[in-house]
Amino acid sequence: MDLLELARGPVIQIAVYVLLIGSLWRLLGILFLQQKPDFSEPRQAGGLRGALKVIWTRAFTAPVFKKATVYSKVLAYTLHIGLFVTIFFFVPHIVFFTDVFGVSWPGLPNNVIFLVGVITVGVALALLIRRITHPVLRLISNFDDYFSWFVTILPVVTGLIMPIRFGVRFETLLAIHIFSVALLLVWLPFSKLAHTFLVFVSRGTTGAILERRGAKT
Amino acid sequence: MSTSELDVKNAFDMESKRLSIKAPEIRYDKQGDTPDEERVQKAMLHFVKDFGTAAAAYLDSCIHCGMCAEACHYYVATGDPKYTPIWKLEPFKQAYKREASPFAFFYRKFGLKKKVTVEELEEWQHLIYDSCTVCGRCSLICPMGIDIASLVSTARHGMFKAGLVPHELHAVAERAEIDGSPLGVTPKVFEERLEWMEDEHDVEINLNKDKADILVVISSIEIQKYPAAFAATAKVLNAVGESWTYRSDGFEATNFGLLSGNLDWQRDISMRIIDAAVKVGAKMVLLPECGHAYMALRWMGANMYGKPLPFKVRHVSEYLADVLNSGKLKVKKVDKSVTFHDPCQISRRGGATQAPRDILKHLGVDLRELPNGGDYNWCCGGGGGVVTIHRADELRYKVFKLKMDQVEATEAETLLSSCANCRQNFDDCQNHYDWKYTADSLLELVADNLQEEKA
Repeated sequence: MDLLELARGPVIQIAVYVLLIGSLWRLLGILFLQQKPDFSEPRQAGGLRGALKVIWTRAFTAPVFKKATVYSKVLAYTLHIGLFVTIFFFVPHIVFFTDVFGVSWPGLPNNVIFLVGVITVGVALALLIRRITHPVLRLISNFDDYFSWFVTILPVVTGLIMPIRFGVRFETLLAIHIFSVALLLVWLPFSKLAHTFLVFVSRGTTGAILERRGAKT
Repeated sequence: MSTSELDVKNAFDMESKRLSIKAPEIRYDKQGDTPDEERVQKAMLHFVKDFGTAAAAYLDSCIHCGMCAEACHYYVATGDPKYTPIWKLEPFKQAYKREASPFAFFYRKFGLKKKVTVEELEEWQHLIYDSCTVCGRCSLICPMGIDIASLVSTARHGMFKAGLVPHELHAVAERAEIDGSPLGVTPKVFEERLEWMEDEHDVEINLNKDKADILVVISSIEIQKYPAAFAATAKVLNAVGESWTYRSDGFEATNFGLLSGNLDWQRDISMRIIDAAVKVGAKMVLLPECGHAYMALRWMGANMYGKPLPFKVRHVSEYLADVLNSGKLKVKKVDKSVTFHDPCQISRRGGATQAPRDILKHLGVDLRELPNGGDYNWCCGGGGGVVTIHRADELRYKVFKLKMDQVEATEAETLLSSCANCRQNFDDCQNHYDWKYTADSLLELVADNLQEEKA
């Protein structure tokens, strides 16, 4: 078995299993803790309705906080959109997804993806610099923050260097790219990257509890 | 411990602009003589014990973006990163990861999260109590939707069990549990003050009726500092023609069990009101102008009771808005410009933001909203028990400058609020800064401008 077969075969398979089982474990570990019932007389409907409301509304910033958060938010949204576009609209990725899930969708030209990839890395660097230099972020950051940054951006970087080659075989570069993706998948459920799914849980929780009070969410 | 012993141990300071015990000569910010190791264990155990899905979801979801700092008056006023709201939970977050999170076994086995020390907890006492009013503004900025304020309350449960509560806050909470009032208002004092106001304002104030539709409660801060609240409440209820009463066996609205983090005391204190209300067959408990009393009874009372309450719970501003909107109460027009300070626990956290605005509309005043007021209002800086803590004074004054800028921007003639604790903090800060504003009572403005039925 050569390096690429290893990456495409057992490595990525195991990574996906770790991702799924780890995420499920983390999610159930949270959801299975007892939540005491709330007997107070509700002002309005909370529950699922409140949860869905806040999952949606918290994607936006209240005007009063815009000025203080605009820099981080623009960078963060750009990073997320950049990752989304490079993952799901790069034609070879779509070929892979079609292989696995049997559905296909149109991709974007390679040079567009390349540009988006470069912007994504640039934005990630800006966020890292902010994390290191801003007094608040420096204080509250830990290993998880830095390592998660690293494993998130690594697949983008290993993807971007593929056309440049550096004299290395394409198959080897592709294997490295897949290894970096495997690392991301394995790390995700155990780290802050789990906000991929936990964001719905925490926003939903606040929505369910506070909406029934009619409190500001 | 008897009342007289408590008096010697922690005498009240009733001369100050804000009410608390006198500044202690020797501070005891550590209660009991539990060994340090055990304190840490207790703090963590009781933090983790109260853990439901909500708290776990919150602690697991933080992405360390640091935005909550920008919503916190302590960070904004000082620029000190330690006041970042989520940082105030740091030792508790570590405990959670080690003890209760889905991967706790993993963290413990590999020693990934170090054990919290008692020195850390003592340092964090300043962050959990002195510099958090549980105002919940940070909860609104969090992109993950984490309700950070609720986590601070949970952390206080752990801190109380560990015996790590600031001296003054512990003292007034102890008084509330033993005496029935954080400020020494025994039933006798309560009755004397009530009768005094009855004479002074020439109004009938119902006391200890056997049956009534409405049980009215009052805050010790009002009894000791703003007793006109007795008369104002009575005037309104009499004008509407309600069947109502105060009760000597359940008059205290404040709940320092909640603020200090003692769940048992919180329950005891709430049960006094609940028992009294059940006894008189009340259909409603009317809460006074007090922010945390609203949180304690309106939103937490039934959970202390363990089942739905057999009566409604309403803040006086909600009641006033209701009777004014329905025409049961009529008021004269008031020709002046006012601005309104929303108490955090009633508006942002409690959901009753609209009520004072309805009232002010009926009064016909020129309402000038605070810039970024309403649900996003800056806290007065005295909530959550902070106003009682002497060592927090300097920081409290510093933070209050945000409030001053906000109020001054409106150029309103009068500042109103509907929380006696906010009001005493405004009084104290007015005195400190020799400021032109202090906060007046919304209820009293209504009571002073009732339309006489016969006229």
